[in-house]
Amino acid sequence: METIYQWLGAIPLDAMRFDFMKRALLAVLLLTPLLGLLGTMAVNQQMAFFSDALGHSALTGIGLGIVLGVSNDLVSMLVFGVIWALLISLIKHTGGASADTVISVFSSTSVALGLLILASGGGFAKYSSLLVGDVLAVTEQDLLWLLLALLGGTALWMLMYNGLLLTSVNAPLARSRGVRVRLYEAAFVVLVAVAVMLSIRWVGVMLINALLILPAAAGRNLARSTRQHTLWSVGIAMACGVTGLLAAYSLNTSAGAAIVLCAAVCYAASLLVRRIRK
Amino acid sequence: MKPGVKLNCGLCHIDLQGVSVTRGGQELLHDVNTHIHCGQLTVLIGQNGAGKTTLIRALLGLVKYSGSIRHLNETGRDIHHLTCGYVPQRLDFDLEMPVTVSDFMAAAFSRRPVWTGVGRGTRAAIVEALTEVNAAELIDRPLGRLSGGEMQRVLLALSLHPAPDLLVLDEPVSGVDQNGQQLFLETVERLRSTRHMAILMVSHDLEMVRRAADYVILLDKTILEQGQPDYVFQTPAFARTFSGAPMGEE
Repeated sequence: METIYQWLGAIPLDAMRFDFMKRALLAVLLLTPLLGLLGTMAVNQQMAFFSDALGHSALTGIGLGIVLGVSNDLVSMLVFGVIWALLISLIKHTGGASADTVISVFSSTSVALGLLILASGGGFAKYSSLLVGDVLAVTEQDLLWLLLALLGGTALWMLMYNGLLLTSVNAPLARSRGVRVRLYEAAFVVLVAVAVMLSIRWVGVMLINALLILPAAAGRNLARSTRQHTLWSVGIAMACGVTGLLAAYSLNTSAGAAIVLCAAVCYAASLLVRRIRK
Repeated sequence: MKPGVKLNCGLCHIDLQGVSVTRGGQELLHDVNTHIHCGQLTVLIGQNGAGKTTLIRALLGLVKYSGSIRHLNETGRDIHHLTCGYVPQRLDFDLEMPVTVSDFMAAAFSRRPVWTGVGRGTRAAIVEALTEVNAAELIDRPLGRLSGGEMQRVLLALSLHPAPDLLVLDEPVSGVDQNGQQLFLETVERLRSTRHMAILMVSHDLEMVRRAADYVILLDKTILEQGQPDYVFQTPAFARTFSGAPMGEE
């Protein structure tokens, strides 16, 4: 870790004087490629609302962790997020109500439950950083988790992508070709849940979804093939991550917000490019 | 000349016995008994909700069923595996997805994740598969920009790999223009004579069925009538099912 800090310290930027900024930069460099990859499929399968609901469930995860006396809130968020994600996708498949209604019910329930627990005794103020995120919150333990998530996520992405792509075109066709559609979908939502939970404390509940969706949505406007889509999505996510983080440092404001605004600008630009091409 | 239809035609066939499907306490299919023969175009007709798609899904192994579906060779012995090719009805996917025909087919042909690119060998195999259905020029087109007929030809190309014993076409020409329909049918008829496989097609186009089918199955939860088109079309059950519906109407 010390060696990495030294390397980053050699970057001639004012922000790199501080270890917390070095950690934040590393976190951004580990998280954004993973979100860029996952985002392409989330956008193609029209799951933006789903991942939004997932982000909100982090509040409940932390709340339940406190109630159950789990000392590490990362663990309680991860466990709850994964269970929540699987539950939503299960009910989406079996329930009669349309998907966005189901997701909306889950989303508001988890927010309410989380708020109820965290605000009991009038003490929500100390959790408000969860909503907007705080780059100071990145720990070395987080970096390790993020590294594992990036490696594991990419490996899974190599294995599952083709099956997921066939599924997103036509699920019965994918099944007839031996793709275990339900298993793949479950693995995908678990991956999204893990990526979201690992980054929520420094990106913020309100913004995490934008980080997943915006780069992939922008990439989609520019790309003609799957490969281009992935490259654009990962590229935009990483570029916006770094730019946003550094901008937030100089402007002394929320890093999550700056990163997402960056991505929003990219999205607007991509729309323009798409118009011009047509 | 269409080959005569006999129960034991000396070719291998798919044998369905007492196939029933129940979902949520409702019987969608009841006691279906039939043979689908290699080298023949068998067409499944019936009204909407008659269980045509359910029967197809049972054949593809996508729904649980009771009874037996066996793949038998010319001597009546079981062939262990039944490879099915499937051309689904109308695809309901996001048309703006940046996925090319090549991406889509490579996802089925190769283990290499498509987002890392399509290998040269895979691309050659895709060109070959598309050429077989006169669709080679579509290879780099975005999937969402294909016409109905073009999409069906791409799906047909995909369904022929790996070489199927049974090719299942679920209303392949609905929503396809006249020209595309003709082209698709010609391709299917050519495949019937050149490939060693059985073809099962769902269709609402009765005029086409009369012209092209070797064997017709009239379905309404169970099989009402089956046989050569000339026979099935003059049965009372056929008249009841399609009374008032002019020929060729959906």
